[in-house]
Amino acid sequence: MTLDPALLQAFAEPFPNGLSRYVVGGLLVGLGATVIYVGTGIAAGASTFLESTLSYVSDRSRFQRYVASRGWRLVFTFGIILGAALFAATVQSGLITTSLYQSGSTGRIYELAGVTLWLTDVQPWRLFLGGILVGIGTRVGKGCTSGHGVCGVGSASRTSIAGVVTFLLVAIVTAQVVAALGVTP
Amino acid sequence: MARNRHPAFLPLILVGGLVFGFGLGFSHMARPEVVLQFLQFQDFGLPFVMFGAAIVTGIAFAVLPRVADAAPLTGDPFERRLKSFDRNVLVGGAIFGVGWGLSGICPGAAYASLGVGNVTILWAIAGMFLGAYLQGRWRSRPASGDASAR
Repeated sequence: MTLDPALLQAFAEPFPNGLSRYVVGGLLVGLGATVIYVGTGIAAGASTFLESTLSYVSDRSRFQRYVASRGWRLVFTFGIILGAALFAATVQSGLITTSLYQSGSTGRIYELAGVTLWLTDVQPWRLFLGGILVGIGTRVGKGCTSGHGVCGVGSASRTSIAGVVTFLLVAIVTAQVVAALGVTP
Repeated sequence: MARNRHPAFLPLILVGGLVFGFGLGFSHMARPEVVLQFLQFQDFGLPFVMFGAAIVTGIAFAVLPRVADAAPLTGDPFERRLKSFDRNVLVGGAIFGVGWGLSGICPGAAYASLGVGNVTILWAIAGMFLGAYLQGRWRSRPASGDASAR
């Protein structure tokens, strides 16, 4: 029996960039969080860094709660930036070639000191306004896509699952409305 | 920082962050456009990143408490530290959702985006700090116990 090409296409259409790069990237994200958990028992999230770092410049009680963890959270965030830079210097620059990576149709590629870097086309006002809401929302909602989405869902936390479902649905509606209003990119 | 910590504590956090950030770069989640393409139903890759990662952490969270009593570098027990559920989870999640849907960025992916060379993302990072500061100011007020301090 031969596979119906129309059926294959129907499956491929939702994944114009294939599936592998997402799965491999996701497994690495999980592995990074797991390395930290195995050694320290900490279920790491990325958004508490905002409040913990603000404790250096503000003595408000909300920020001072994180004084004990602000040091390692700085190191964790620095690690994320450095890890992504390592990706840019290797895979994105073509030093390591893999069929899972194509430079893609989004944003702009530029070179700096032999490293291929990437710049978004999403407008600054969207990033800034969205950033403010993300900053408020993750802190009120007790987590973000890594704290709730990766570590919380990984520990089968009902709170985190409720949080993920809420922000996924609201984000989909928001993105659809913004696109319908003709805002690009 | 005054507490006695295992000398490998911060190096391990750094290595974990490195792998985490490399994964975010590899999965293209450091590109706001790719996140927006998911939210606009043009590319359904994103859930495979999030749930792929959650499966790996899920295995660690399930296995470690059974094979070890405490984490080697901190002495902390391997236990579920669950966040309590209240209305804030839904309200905050909804505010986060509007911001995520508008910008395509979330905290971890924003830091990684800086790493892949996306300096424009500094707008988003500045916004996140401003947002976190505003909510911290607002939420510190009732907890301060000093009614006269505005």
